[in-house]
Amino acid sequence: MHNKFYIQSYCHIKNNQLRLNGDVIFEDRLNENLKDFLKSAYKSQTIKYSKFFKMDSLSKTSFLAAEIILKNTTLENENSTIAIVFSNNAASLDTDRKFQESINDVDNFYPSPAVFVYTLPNIGIGEISIRHQLKSENAFFVFENYNAGFHQNYENILLQNNNSDAVLAGWVNVDGENYDAFVYMISKKGILEHTKENLIKLYKE
Amino acid sequence: MENLKKELKEKIIENLNLEDIEVADIGDDDVLFGDGLGLDSIDALELIVMLDKDYGIKLTDPKEGKSIFQSINTMAKYISENKN
Amino acid sequence: MNKGVAITGMGIISSIGNTLEENFQSLIDKKPGISKIKKIDTIHKDVIKVGEVDIDNAALIQFLNLPESNNYSRTALLAEIAAKEAVKNAKIKDINQYKTGLISATSVGGMDKTEKYYYSYFEENKNRKYIDAHSLGDATSKIASSLGITDFVTTISTACSSATNAIMLGARMIKSGKLDRVIVGGADCLSKFTINGFKTLMILSETDCKPFDENRTGLNLGEAAAFLVLESDSVVARENKEVLAYISGYANANDAFHQTASSENGEGATLAMKKALDIANLSPNDIDYINAHGTATPNNDSSESKAILRVFENNMPSFSSTKGYTGHTLAAAGAIEAVYSILALQNDMVFPNLNFNTPISETKLIPETEVLKKNINHVLSNSFGFGGNCSTLIFSKKY
Repeated sequence: MHNKFYIQSYCHIKNNQLRLNGDVIFEDRLNENLKDFLKSAYKSQTIKYSKFFKMDSLSKTSFLAAEIILKNTTLENENSTIAIVFSNNAASLDTDRKFQESINDVDNFYPSPAVFVYTLPNIGIGEISIRHQLKSENAFFVFENYNAGFHQNYENILLQNNNSDAVLAGWVNVDGENYDAFVYMISKKGILEHTKENLIKLYKE
Repeated sequence: MENLKKELKEKIIENLNLEDIEVADIGDDDVLFGDGLGLDSIDALELIVMLDKDYGIKLTDPKEGKSIFQSINTMAKYISENKN
Repeated sequence: MNKGVAITGMGIISSIGNTLEENFQSLIDKKPGISKIKKIDTIHKDVIKVGEVDIDNAALIQFLNLPESNNYSRTALLAEIAAKEAVKNAKIKDINQYKTGLISATSVGGMDKTEKYYYSYFEENKNRKYIDAHSLGDATSKIASSLGITDFVTTISTACSSATNAIMLGARMIKSGKLDRVIVGGADCLSKFTINGFKTLMILSETDCKPFDENRTGLNLGEAAAFLVLESDSVVARENKEVLAYISGYANANDAFHQTASSENGEGATLAMKKALDIANLSPNDIDYINAHGTATPNNDSSESKAILRVFENNMPSFSSTKGYTGHTLAAAGAIEAVYSILALQNDMVFPNLNFNTPISETKLIPETEVLKKNINHVLSNSFGFGGNCSTLIFSKKY
């Protein structure tokens, strides 16, 4: 049984912009660095979640992308289960560096627990799950580049086996000031058919 | 003691990334954990690091933290009694 | 029962043995591999206890016959040794005869080299070859290269459930016909980065860890690598392969509670175990042995105990955590414990939960503390990672 699935909505976070379904919903030309951009982006979306500021940049980016998608997507029913499948290239390297800094100097040696917590690429998924109480399946993969073929196949399997009603998926990569997020929702209804070609097309937008 | 309390409030806001909070928002007797300021177990661990880094006090049992970190007042009292 | 995916080979290296046979012998001899740290110069070396693999990097390199110019991190060395043992154990002659994939898992990657040489990279050329070794995908691509696997290669990193998730994905890819054969597992080596990180979270024990004990104080970190070879029924038939066991159930769920702590009632764990039973088409009373996650932290063991009670209620099977032997090997844990689960099936044995004295007062569960010989048809194995990532596998006897 091969059902068709659809990209219901998609979001980009890059070049100091938040984009939903191709349209710019927020742009920040003032703040050069990622931390400040993420702060102003958060404020622009009127999210009241002070725990956001405890997160590392990778989790903040994942969280923001998920917020935008979930706020702007209506699923078939209220109790729809949503699986989460993310991937990236740098894993948690950005935060790993920060943690390493806290243990580098033998004379100023204060490992930070709050930073260490984020030295894993899947914590961002944890944050999204906590915020939206999503208890479904979740996975994190490390690839050289965004692998549309892998994602398309994986998300389809989850949906075909009724593992979940929808899948929040995509690529969230943060490494210093370089960041690139492409996150989307796949379900039984949507604006574009869930194919490898369409994913690549949207990713490049 | 008043300076220490103000200093603690500033440090808590900075170290724990409490973006929406100002020094004036934290009362000396306000409950810091749970329903109060909403700090959690990781915040408690960060405060333990802060005690060591900024005041030279080493806590080895995380459970001790519960009573010490109840409020700004209890923290200030503990630090002034144990500071190295 | 749902038949499941065939396991035809396994390989392992841990603090209790450098081979499958050595690991098994240590398990039945009740010989743990926990000690003070020997190979890493950390300020905590006299304080903490770890499960360290008893071979240094030079010897591992020699064993793999690598040239001096190699840039293998310790994670990659351990991983390749285990992966090669698994492939040999599965009697694979030509890896490219069938569509073959590799799904590996790690959380440390090449951090052991990076933390050692990072600042020297600025000064001199000597160790710069290790820069490329840092990435989580590096060990995976080295194994793929050594074994000649090209069809499908990926790395999973979801903290302590990573290898379990790798095994789960591998099973799914065989079941869906995407691959005929897949090598799945994980590896993590000890590093100052992780030692300091866990120390600052105050969940390390200074003594031998005591899983499920009322007076447990935390975990011992460990290092290890393990891989399984999974093959489709048609490959098994065509090659007349001996099947070691089957993966009959698997599931993953998020606890949605906290970044590093588990919810009090073990919500994610409960969901994962129930779902795995569903996939396997088994009831709780079909499970003969649970190889628990059992890290010996106050939080995990309490939460996992409650989850186990919720799922199994009056049908409590024998259970134990083998982390008293190996320590918590992080991303490799799911894989080494898969190997131990399969050994349990093959030998009709439950391996003991070491260092147990007093049950947790809230739940009163008592793990097996001696090697228990009993008929074992189905084993359930749990691995729960930071980020609320809860995974469960069910292994079933071949028949």
